[in-house]
Parts: sequence; structure tokens; C-alpha cells
Amino acid sequence: MSAALDPIRVRVRVTSPRLAVTLGIVLVLFGAASIGIAYVVVSGMLDGHWYDFRDLGLGMAHLREWLNEVNAGQPAALSAFLGDQWISYITGALLGATGILTFFGLLLLILVWVERRLIGRIQVRKGPNRVGPFGLLQPVADALKLIQKEVLIPIGADRFMFYLPPVLVFIPGLLVWAVVPWAPNMNYLDTNVGVIYLIAISSTATLAIFMAGWASNNHYALLGAMRTVAMMISYEIPLSLALLMVVLMTGSMQLSTIVQWQVDHHVWLGMLMPLALFTFFFSSTAELNRTPNDIAEAESEIVAGFHTEYSGMKFGLFYAVELGNAVAVGAFVAAFFLGGWSLFGLETWIPPYLIFAAKAFGGYFVLVWLRGTLPRFRLDQLMSFAWKYLIPISLLQVLLVAIEVTAMRYMHFPDFVELSLVGAANLAFTIFIVRAWATFLGYRPEREQVLKPTMAKQMGGLRAAEEMRTR
Amino acid sequence: MPSSAQDLALTLPHYLVVSGMIFGIGIAVALSKRNAIAVLMGIELMLNAVNLAFLAFSRFGSSFGIASEGNPAAPLAGHVFVVFILTVAAAEAAVALAMAVLVYRRRETVDLDRINLMRW
Amino acid sequence: MDSIGVIIGFYALAGLTVGAALLVFLVRNLLHAVLALVLAFLGMSGLFITLSADFIAMAQILIYAGAIPVLLVFAVMLTPHASRDNANSLFAPGGLLIGLGFAALFVFVAMATVWPVLDVETLHVQSFAGTVRTIGAALLGDYLLAFELASVLLLAAFVGAVALVREDEA
Repeated sequence: MSAALDPIRVRVRVTSPRLAVTLGIVLVLFGAASIGIAYVVVSGMLDGHWYDFRDLGLGMAHLREWLNEVNAGQPAALSAFLGDQWISYITGALLGATGILTFFGLLLLILVWVERRLIGRIQVRKGPNRVGPFGLLQPVADALKLIQKEVLIPIGADRFMFYLPPVLVFIPGLLVWAVVPWAPNMNYLDTNVGVIYLIAISSTATLAIFMAGWASNNHYALLGAMRTVAMMISYEIPLSLALLMVVLMTGSMQLSTIVQWQVDHHVWLGMLMPLALFTFFFSSTAELNRTPNDIAEAESEIVAGFHTEYSGMKFGLFYAVELGNAVAVGAFVAAFFLGGWSLFGLETWIPPYLIFAAKAFGGYFVLVWLRGTLPRFRLDQLMSFAWKYLIPISLLQVLLVAIEVTAMRYMHFPDFVELSLVGAANLAFTIFIVRAWATFLGYRPEREQVLKPTMAKQMGGLRAAEEMRTR
Repeated sequence: MPSSAQDLALTLPHYLVVSGMIFGIGIAVALSKRNAIAVLMGIELMLNAVNLAFLAFSRFGSSFGIASEGNPAAPLAGHVFVVFILTVAAAEAAVALAMAVLVYRRRETVDLDRINLMRW
Repeated sequence: MDSIGVIIGFYALAGLTVGAALLVFLVRNLLHAVLALVLAFLGMSGLFITLSADFIAMAQILIYAGAIPVLLVFAVMLTPHASRDNANSLFAPGGLLIGLGFAALFVFVAMATVWPVLDVETLHVQSFAGTVRTIGAALLGDYLLAFELASVLLLAAFVGAVALVREDEA
């Protein structure tokens, strides 16, 4: 083949149908192999046991028995140093980590397509539909394109700090999945400080984003980074307050206990505390830099924010971790406010982890929906919404929840009555406080003057707009 | 050559040595850096070393007494102190950085060698 | 007694923490020094976990790896014409000597003193399963006054910080 010698002709054209077909065959083979392995494990051809996919715990129990035998058989000199359970520990850790990594990888692979497709449908277009059936191979094509691209480093950039952030952003995005309660007894890290772990880990991404903006040696990137940091540290407070309400109500920071509380009381915390649900969700969109809070990468204002200068797979990492975090937010909304893996008794019939995944993707769908529907906030509006509205209202709601929890300790009505009272009180309080706060701070939609669109030159920026409004 | 993991077990001095080394580095940073922000970083390191010492004493020391029915928090007194240190560290960082910004506005520098108005 | 994993973890984390702290001293760029500082704080929170202080470790990550570095880089950004190097002042030799002296003193005291420590059995019994509830009860029980004072201190500090850097209305 003479074409192979020609350097220009050899270059991979990622949208070529032949490559797409090859990749499709590879993916199908991979899927077939996975299904085959799953069939061998489930049908009992492997070790004579029958495994039910509704309860992964059975297979785990058998694995543990086998590991215990291995543990017992090790030489004494080894167990004196390493303890007598080390094989179980290491296997458990590796298995869980592999599970999370596989899940995260597959998630990122499919989400790119899901998100673009959904946004497309919302905006009455088709979305990607060229590569593979229904455009399903679009993420693979995207990844190939990004990997091939040249990585540009701006002149005067701090090279070390320019290389680090895409990786550093990825780490918290992966770590938060550790505490997700998939099903009863199915979470990697069921620590009793789960809630504060979540807040702590997600707060470390702030610094990485700031580094990205600073190291790029670009005004837009730095502006975007400053915006992101200001927004993220502002919205961490209402986020923590919403989680504080959850912790107050359930009396635990352990995620499995929080879900179990909702199961025991036959209620979703989102019904009891709608304000907390809203606060958590809205603050999460700010933490995620997604519309309506994506001022950090507002493409009509500051190009692409902190990742303006990133190209190739570095940009790909930023993009991917954003998508992964969006699903993580869905998962945590499901765990904290939507009853986790429970569905009012249905969890005995449907595998709980599927229920949980459905709820998580439901949360993610709402995020995509918001992104496709809502316009962007202005920076000052966003900050004042956090500091003037969300934080005071959440503080008052925390106080109310504390009073309710104390009252519930002294009342001895049935659970149903108590929780109905609490839910009704919180709903009434939410409606009242939102209304009252809006009136108190002088926001009256009916009296707001509608600004006519004016040329930017005539308007002279925000200050002139402010004058026009107050005149 | 140790014969089992017991001979390698961690004790209080292990942690105190680490704590002392970090504290020494913190002092060196705080005393010898020229930038006010770097000095603050040294102070944070020192506070952190103290936290480690508190927690180590709380874990290994016998002076606190052990957890009992009447006083379950007895061995966790060190933890409570660390909570207060964290609070004070956050407050101190906020005020110190505000002062650094303020000094910069007046003097166009945060170089501690050049902030010498009080010099005789 | 500790398992071998904790022991290996301790030495790795201690090396990481001390190394990162040394980097804070040695690195030439101020923002790189901030990064090294964050690394030291993260290693320190790992050390806290080996002491089974789970809540404090998480609070450490939240405050020292999330909040304070952001404040530091903000301060660096808000002083644009100041030098960005991590240079030593005239007092560097003296400061280094004092630091070394303190470190040597503490290491000597730590090694030479016979500390009143718990015996191995008690340590094993006291596994600290879940410190959060106990710390919370202690903060709002025995240490209530200190807790309230700390909250007042925080409020005063933040109001003071805002008042200090506030630009004049004009």
C-alpha cells in the first residue's frame, strides 16, 4: 500500500465510516464478552452457585468465604507482619476502586452523547447523529479528535501549574463517588463523616480551577477563575447549610444511615424540606459551573473562562469531569433528598442499585433540562442571590428544623403524624419566607421597569443601566 | 530485624517527632520569608504541627483518662482543642490577609523588609 | 497494635508532609509554595486519619485545603505589583537557625521523655468508632463557653476583615 507511506494520507480521519464501524465492532465485542462473563457468573457455571443479579451481596459473600480460606492458608511469618486479613482488605479495596473507575469511565463515555443529544432535542435540533447508530459513537470520535490535537501552551504560562489542574480537578470528581450509597451494604466508603467528606473533597477543586486560570497567562482565563472561585466559595455555604438540615433531621453524617432513616420513616427528605432540596440543587449547579450559573465559562463574555487556553485532551478532562460531577450531584440529591435506593417497597422487587441509578440520572436530566432552558445569571445577581437570599433563608430554615427535631423528641405521636406536621410546617415556612424576603428586600416583579435593549455604547455598562432604572 | 508488626507499632514519639519537625520548618518559614503572605504560611504550618501533637496526645496519652459511661468525651479533649485551633486559624488567616491587602494599598508592597515606617 | 498498612501509611504520610513543608521553604515561586503548603496540609490530614480522628481530618481538608489556600491566592492576586518570589529576608540565617533549634529541641524532648501513655490493650479497646457525636456533645456541653467565644471571634474577625479592605464609597 503506497498510501501508508504518505504521511498526509495516513492521518486518521475520525469521522470516516470505516473507523466508526471498526470501533463499533470492537465495542460490540467488548459488550458481548462482558455479557458472557456475567452469564457464566450468574448461571453458576463458575463455582456451582446460582447468582441473582438483584442481590450482588450473595456473590460478594461467596467471594469473601473464598478469601477467608486463602487468608487462613497463608504462612505464619507473613501474617505476623501483614495481619491475617490483608488479602481480603486489598481485594476489597481493589474491587471497589475498579468498580468505581469502570462506572466513571463508562459514564463519561456515554454522557457526552446523552447530554448533547438531550440539549439538541430541547432546542429542537437533532444533536449528533452521524457517527455510528443514532450518533452513539460520537464520544469516541470526540475523544479521538481531542487526543490527536496538539497541546498548546501559551507563551509566559507557568508550565508546571498549567499541566497540573486537569488532573487535580479529576481527582475530587472521582473521590466523591466513594461515599455514594448504591444499595444496602453497597458503598465503597461508608464512613460516619460522609457528609463532611463530600463537602471537603468537593471544596478542593476550587484551588485547581484557580490554578488553571492563573497559569494560563490569559486575562479571560484569570477572570473566569476569579469568578469561579468567588462563586464556589459563596455557594459552598448554602450547600453546607442544606446538608446541615439533612444531618439535623436524620441525626447522622453517614450516608447509608441517612438513606436508612428515609426508608424507616417511609418518607423522602425532599418532601419534608423542599427548601433544602432547592438550595442543594441550585448551589450544586453553581459548584458545577452549569447553566443558569455558568458565568465562570460564559462564552459570550469571557471566551471559555478558566479553560480558555486548554486544548486537546486537557480540555477533554475538564469537560469530562464536569459531566461526571453533574451525575454525582444527581446521585447525592437522590441519596439525601429522594430516598436513595428505596422506592416505597419496590426495592424488594427491583434491584436497589438500579433504583438509585434511575434517581441519579433523573437528577442529571433535570440539570440538562435547566441547561437547555434557562439563560445565564449576571455575576452580581448570582453573588447577591447567594449572600442576600439563600444564606439567610437557609439559616432560618435550619433554626426551624432544629426546633422541629427537638419537638419531635418530646412528642409521642405516630411517625406519620409527626412527619406530616413537620413537612407542612416546612412547606408553609418556605412559601412564607420566600415571599416575605422578596418583599423585605424590595424585589417586586410587578413594579420592575423593563429595560429596553439599548446599544452597549449608549448604555455605558452596568452603572448606566442602574441609573436608568432608578431614574 | 523485627519479628512481627508489633515491634514496628506506632507510638507517641513517632507523631511528636513529625510534629516537632513541621513546627521547626514553620518557624523557619515565618521568620525568614520576606513576603507577608509567605510568613502567614509559616504560621499556618506551626498551627498544624500543634494540631498533630494535640491529636497524638489525645490518642496515646493516659492523662485524659479513658472513655467511660459518665464522660465519653474524656480522651477526645484534644480533638475539641483542635476544633478551636482550626477556628482561630481561619479567623487569623482572614484578618492577616486583609491586613496584607491593606498594607499593599498604602505602600504598594507586601515586602516585610520595606515596611519600615516604625523604624528608628 | 496497628496493622502494617497503618504503619506504612504513617511513614509515607510523614515523609510527604515534612517534604512538602520543606518545599514551602525552598521553592522560588510564591504560588508554588502555596501548592506545597496544600500538599503538606493534605499529608497532615492523612496523619490525622492514622490517629483515627476522622472528623478532624475532614475538617482539616475543608479548611486547610479548601478555604485558606484560596484566601492566600486571593491575597496574592490582590497585590499585583508586589514581588511573586518566595525570597528570604535579611533574617533568613537567624530564622533558619531558630527553626532548626526548635525542631531539634522538640525531637529531643519527644524521644527522651517517658510519656504517660496508655498500654496497648487500652489503646486497642479505645477504637474511637465515630468521633463526631462525642465531639459535638463535648462542644455544646463542657466547652460551651469556649465554643460561643470562638463563634464570636469568627464573627469579629470576618467583620473586621471586610471593614479593613473595604474601599471608600465614591
